[in-house]
Amino acid sequence: MNSKKQEPSFYLVKRDALPWHKALGIRIAAIVAAMVVCAVVTTVLTGINPIQVYVSIFLGAFGTARKTWITFQNVAILLLISLALTPAFRMHFWNIGGEGQVLVGGLASAACMICLADKIPNALVILLMIVCSLGAGAIWGLIPAFFKAKWNTNETLSTLMMNYIATQLVAFFTIVWEVPKGSGKIGIINQNSSIGWLPQIAGSKYLLSILIAAAITVLLYIYLVYSKQGYEIAVVGESERTARYVGIKVEKVIIRTMLISGGICGLVGLLLVGGINHTVTTTIANGQGFTAVMVSWMAKFNPITMVFTSFLIIFLNRGASEISTTFGLNQSFADILTGIILFFIIGCEFFISYKINFRKKAGKGENN
Amino acid sequence: MGDKTAAVTMKNITKKFGSVVGNEKVCLDIYKGEILALLGENGSGKTTLMNMLSGIYFPDEGQIYINGKETVIRSPKDAYELGIGMVHQHFKLVDVLSAAENIVLGLKGRLNLKEASKKIRNICQKYGFEVDLDQKVYNMSVSQKQTVEIVKVLYRGADILILDEPTAVLTPQETEKLFAVLRNMRDDGKAIVIITHKMHEVESLSDRVAVLRRGCFIGDMMTKDTNAVEMTNMMVGHKVSLNITRTEPVNPQKRLEVKGLTVRNEEGILKLQDVSFTARSGEILGIAGISGCGQKELLEAIAGLQPTEAGQITYIEDDGTREELLGKDPRAIQEMGVALSFVPEDRLGMGLVGDMDLTANMMLRSFQNGHSMFTDRRSPRHLAEKVVNELDVVTPGISTPVRRLSGGNVQKVLVGREIASAPTVLMTAYAVRGLDINSSYTIYNLINEQKKKGVAVIFVGEDLDVLLELCDRIMVLCGGQVSGIVDGRTADKNTVGMMMTHIGGNADDEQ
Repeated sequence: MNSKKQEPSFYLVKRDALPWHKALGIRIAAIVAAMVVCAVVTTVLTGINPIQVYVSIFLGAFGTARKTWITFQNVAILLLISLALTPAFRMHFWNIGGEGQVLVGGLASAACMICLADKIPNALVILLMIVCSLGAGAIWGLIPAFFKAKWNTNETLSTLMMNYIATQLVAFFTIVWEVPKGSGKIGIINQNSSIGWLPQIAGSKYLLSILIAAAITVLLYIYLVYSKQGYEIAVVGESERTARYVGIKVEKVIIRTMLISGGICGLVGLLLVGGINHTVTTTIANGQGFTAVMVSWMAKFNPITMVFTSFLIIFLNRGASEISTTFGLNQSFADILTGIILFFIIGCEFFISYKINFRKKAGKGENN
Repeated sequence: MGDKTAAVTMKNITKKFGSVVGNEKVCLDIYKGEILALLGENGSGKTTLMNMLSGIYFPDEGQIYINGKETVIRSPKDAYELGIGMVHQHFKLVDVLSAAENIVLGLKGRLNLKEASKKIRNICQKYGFEVDLDQKVYNMSVSQKQTVEIVKVLYRGADILILDEPTAVLTPQETEKLFAVLRNMRDDGKAIVIITHKMHEVESLSDRVAVLRRGCFIGDMMTKDTNAVEMTNMMVGHKVSLNITRTEPVNPQKRLEVKGLTVRNEEGILKLQDVSFTARSGEILGIAGISGCGQKELLEAIAGLQPTEAGQITYIEDDGTREELLGKDPRAIQEMGVALSFVPEDRLGMGLVGDMDLTANMMLRSFQNGHSMFTDRRSPRHLAEKVVNELDVVTPGISTPVRRLSGGNVQKVLVGREIASAPTVLMTAYAVRGLDINSSYTIYNLINEQKKKGVAVIFVGEDLDVLLELCDRIMVLCGGQVSGIVDGRTADKNTVGMMMTHIGGNADDEQ
């Protein structure tokens, strides 16, 4: 009767699949809770009215037409990198080399723009840029995949290391191609001739990336969910032994998938260099190769959901930099808010998979 | 049974996993000096119930009394302090440590291996264990590892001992040895619970049986007052027949000829040495052997999954055409038109993808067919529905991940898929391991049906009684070599048991 140990007062139960509207409800509740906590933190730390802060975040992303376009362009780029990583992730191949794959893609584009500028027609330059950037990204994906397939090396390490190689390559070529000499940067390439600049669509310089991102989202979804190759990727990811057992050539699938993954990253490099920045620097990918890892995970590797997760990250990001300028706060405060919101969004997944049951006080009336 | 004292009394124990009932108001007494066999189909809640006793789960409702006192068991550590020890199906030993080190591992206080060894020897002597205390675990056979597990539990002072399917991996001789030890422990006044699916073991070992069905306690009785049929009926809830029918093979033809097959594993250890045999159509060839004797390598070599060093694997078609399978991968074998089906030992890790639903799992074998870039989901969905209906697979639906199904149903899905392709050769590895008696007989019947259709069946099994009842011929493997091939109708259990441990055994009645 008087045992010293207390019964645990709650316990966890793994849920069956939750209906989608309930899962969505939990996620919305998490975002609301995050906003409340952010408001409290803002008031306590800075004394600023949190409503003003939220308005400012929104204006940062959608304040003017230009800001709105840039927001969507940024979403498109982050979304594309996330999509690129997704086939590899579905195969349980942890490609964290998106950063490097984007960089080499961008470098290849820049090389075409600089070296071929006056030698061949512009259309041909652009065609070569497409081929080279896709190829460069694919090769950057292929190398870790090859070693993984042949000798089962750890892909997390090798893709990560490939990032550093890419950064150093870009740094090297920045010096080779620097304009003017000694400036340490390449500057806008072909500023006068615009050779190798990707065409604008309907007079908007932002639309191209957005349209490409939309197209790749749909194509990749179809590829992963309905194609035979997509099915092979899923089987290899879940169990390599099962894959071998049914005669799937695992090595081939790993290499093929990483060619796709790296290739799409290379395409992002092309868009960044040929379409948006018209120059290449070591920070052109801006850490999005890593942010994309989170975006892809948060979307549970579903390309359609990824549209929303990448939007959320970009929205927070742009809003955060807005409040740091509007209120004279430094960037760190914005990061704190972003951190709080992400914590709630990722944390709520726990409540989607598990249920907490509280124990009723055990009836002790039965013993004699 | 006058002065029986209850070591454990469980009252109204309920445990639910989400909406799934693990146990529902189970009341069970475990007495000192008695061996209790806990019976039930897969998913009937035997292991769940015992896990609550050993502190792995915590009951949602109900009380547990140990030696008459109400107790709360929150962790395995609490259970040890109360003298409850459980030997799990999967051993929890550290490979690189010796037996003695494993036994004392995790105990508090200064480590004094010498004194500990003395104490361990006393325990071994008392109950008749044979353990080499300095032997490293990685050098041990399965039965030796199990002995270490039991001694470990006893060393911690357990009076209440729970064994979860302890004989699944033992030879008949090892099983007998284990039973002798368990009887000694019972006579010493310990309470022993054994979970098993093998009826003849229940009858020969236990004093009392308790039956669970769908999480509920159905009843208990003295073993001497009951029989296998009654126990099975209680478990299943309706009458079942426990006979395996063995028909005479009809017009057997040579179908698969293996000659001089030699296989080394990745570490370079010889797993199969000069293995030769023939599998015939319309016949079940059983393969017996202690676990790890090359059964896995043999089947995987035939299926094209295991690199080989030497030998031939020849497939012979009805018209006498011979085709070499050695060195071909599963896809290539399929493309040659050889309908080879393989039910591997590791169902969820190899035969199926646990996180995929039934339809996607049915697709595994067929998705590569056709030239379209896209997968055809319609025919696998029909196949999934057909398998669910015909084999009575218990599942919420065909879009449920197979991992959620119970062991028996997982196996039905796998076997269902493998026989759906109308195979000419069917290989099964431990097809009924972990399955309850009802599911097991479903599988035996399916295999028998394939035999009647003229399929050459290769059946790797561990239960000798079943092998002797089901198979037309039995090939016994011993350390990767063929110890002999015997006729399933005339061979006896002891001979086969001997052949499993000694090449050739005593009697050599090769066909």
